[in-house]
Amino acid sequence: MGSPDLNLTLLRLLGPAEPELGCDRCFAELDRYVELQLAGSDADRAVPGMHAHLAGCPACAEEHESLRALLELEGVS
Amino acid sequence: MNELLLPSAKMLAMPQRSTADAATRRWLRDLRAEGETHDEAVARLRGLLLRAARFEVSRRRPALPQLGGAELDELAQDAADDATLSVLRRLDDFRGESRFTTWAYKFALLEAAVKVRRRAWRGRELPVEPETWGSFEDPGAGPEERAERALLLSALRQGIETALTPHQRRVLVALALDGVPIDVLAERLGTNRNALYKSLHDARRRLRAHLAANGFTGDGLTGGW
Repeated sequence: MGSPDLNLTLLRLLGPAEPELGCDRCFAELDRYVELQLAGSDADRAVPGMHAHLAGCPACAEEHESLRALLELEGVS
Repeated sequence: MNELLLPSAKMLAMPQRSTADAATRRWLRDLRAEGETHDEAVARLRGLLLRAARFEVSRRRPALPQLGGAELDELAQDAADDATLSVLRRLDDFRGESRFTTWAYKFALLEAAVKVRRRAWRGRELPVEPETWGSFEDPGAGPEERAERALLLSALRQGIETALTPHQRRVLVALALDGVPIDVLAERLGTNRNALYKSLHDARRRLRAHLAANGFTGDGLTGGW
């Protein structure tokens, strides 16, 4: 249902449906989470609530993307 | 039930990775040393963080079209300085669950990202009313879908107006509808990202409850609410 704009706005207004971390815990776990992702491990199982938080918090999501991109650039896996 | 997770005892008690890589051990040893070894390690750290800060500023450059290369680099240098202080201040918080450089990088990326967001909004008034209502027209939608969407938007508007505290309303509208970065709003309201996200989370929970009370079950809506 709905246009992409409406769907995006709904996500922003309502946030993730699952339990999520707060921003401080997200920052505390970010390095471990990204290294697990790059190693092909189950990062979402290791850090419950991280995936949902990254869906609900654009700022933390940007920093997650940047850390992952920086490590990929350096060939970390 | 949607909730903010607190760190569990299991997470807090997680043991340090027993085999920290050699580079990590060297970073920790040298940064905790004294004299020349310490000073050289801090200089290496600052160089590492400057590289990360420049990487982040470069990624966010479209947000600052008015700044030239020198101003952007000054911003990265400031971020590297602040990140270096943060890393040194929080060295004992490092749990050895990642490479030291990965742990340190996140401080530089955070500092740089926050500085870019704040610079992009410098001098701009925060909107006081939702700016995106009415932008959801979909020419391809049929009458039934348009009617459903109108009902949903009406319920959302009503929920925002009646189900939230004034603070929650201000936070939700600014962050979710007007696109104000959370760090910018936190600075203007004299709070921090974590506290503001808690307010956003509470507002979202109330809005969900309002929709549910008005018969919106969430079936077929993006976000899986």
